[in-house]
Amino acid sequence: MGFHLLSPSYCCGYQASPPISHGLLRFRPVTGIPKPSPKGQLHQSRRASKVLAYYGLTTPPYKLDALEPYMSQRTLELHWGKHHRDYVDSLNKQLVKSPLYGHTMEELIKVTYNNGNPLPEFNNAAQVWNHDFFWESMQSGGGKLPQGGVLQQIEKDFDSYSNFRDTFVESAMALFGSGWVWLVLRTEEKKLSVVRTSNAICPLVWGDIPIIGLDMWEHAYYLDYKDDREKYINTFMDNLVSWHAATVRMLRAEAFVNLGEPKIPVA
Amino acid sequence: MALRAIAGKKTLTLGLVLGPRAAAGASAPRTGSGLRHARGLVTFSLPDLPYDYGALEPAISGEIMKLHHQKHHQTYITNFNKALEQLEEAMAKGDSSKVAHLQSAIKFNGGGHINHSIFWKNLKPLNEGGGEPPHSTLGWAIDTDFGSLDALVQKMNAEGAALQGSGWVWLALDKEMKKLKVETTANQDPLVTKGANLVPLLGIDVWEHAYYLQYKNARPEYLKNIWKIMNWKYASEVYEKEIA
Repeated sequence: MGFHLLSPSYCCGYQASPPISHGLLRFRPVTGIPKPSPKGQLHQSRRASKVLAYYGLTTPPYKLDALEPYMSQRTLELHWGKHHRDYVDSLNKQLVKSPLYGHTMEELIKVTYNNGNPLPEFNNAAQVWNHDFFWESMQSGGGKLPQGGVLQQIEKDFDSYSNFRDTFVESAMALFGSGWVWLVLRTEEKKLSVVRTSNAICPLVWGDIPIIGLDMWEHAYYLDYKDDREKYINTFMDNLVSWHAATVRMLRAEAFVNLGEPKIPVA
Repeated sequence: MALRAIAGKKTLTLGLVLGPRAAAGASAPRTGSGLRHARGLVTFSLPDLPYDYGALEPAISGEIMKLHHQKHHQTYITNFNKALEQLEEAMAKGDSSKVAHLQSAIKFNGGGHINHSIFWKNLKPLNEGGGEPPHSTLGWAIDTDFGSLDALVQKMNAEGAALQGSGWVWLALDKEMKKLKVETTANQDPLVTKGANLVPLLGIDVWEHAYYLQYKNARPEYLKNIWKIMNWKYASEVYEKEIA
């Protein structure tokens, strides 16, 4: 099996010039550096050989009103401008006093998850990553059906797209409390799966590769849908989910997980 | 014990036991006790609020109160009843794995019903004495265990604001140690999950649905304002009954 490449700029799963650039390994651009505290500056002069990496708030790959009427501008303004920004600011504040710098965001999440005993930075780090992933999981004019290789893989692992869709919606509805629902590529089982997580947990901590993520915290939908979670979830599947982003992520994932059938010659 | 709180003053020896109950007045409609009989299995129903939806303004908007009561609380009750029905079936069939599997739905939805039933009683409109600080026994206990009412409020607000995700923050009475405590629970876990001797005096819902439409992400603002409509009289009554 193979994915049909539309652009020749892909090589070994890494993109040349990404509009959607969610790599598995990337250094977050240090934009929006917080006011350096005297302590921070002291760190830099004393440990000139160590790099202090603070994290910045990345912007969604569309204007804040681009997802109307399915996700209002007001929601984006609050969700991204307040909640997401808060997580970034809180994380940066924590990192000033902590020895955990120099990591990529993905590394930081795994380290602070601490195998199930999360450190205080985990919540903020994971939520920063989760929300970046969430914005990039949506697009204006989204929804409809996946295509090409993604559709093939979904049909292989769920029997049909509508089976997958039902599984995803059911899983989201069955979530108790705050959390996320994911379409992940399981690295060990080498197949796609729907997974739900609580609070800030994301499948990266288990070494799986997320393909699509949906925020099920109430702040994600309450202004637009009040308590009608089912409508929110269905709207996400029908009108918001970016299969383009999913395709990009699957392509990259293939560099790390062998999805093909081994061609064992018959003697 | 927490179920007693739902039933109000009616004495019930209610557990998740099957069989018709001749409990006094349990089938009476608008008692606010929230219990009904159906096919031998007790089902729960939505208790009335002791005030109008708009009566708690401006601390909590009428829109939130209406949604919170008619949608969220009702959903917990509906799903609680469903889960209990399934439990009855599974127990009758001796399906132990189904029985075990249902526990999380029962804890979540049952907890949601229990917690919200307490919550409605914890709030009181401004013009009916909401926000009036506690006196006598509870007041003294607060001073003893926390230093001052202010200190207690600060502590509860801090813990409520720091709670990750969804949950509740409680003023609890440890009835064995006869001490007051501040506790938090996650999701809809009832207070007893933090200790079998804990009795809830006051609970504050910090799920986002409790404040989002009005306060948006400013949970600390919501926590600051909710004290203005806190029903300390109820908390005192529960306290005095438990330590008597």
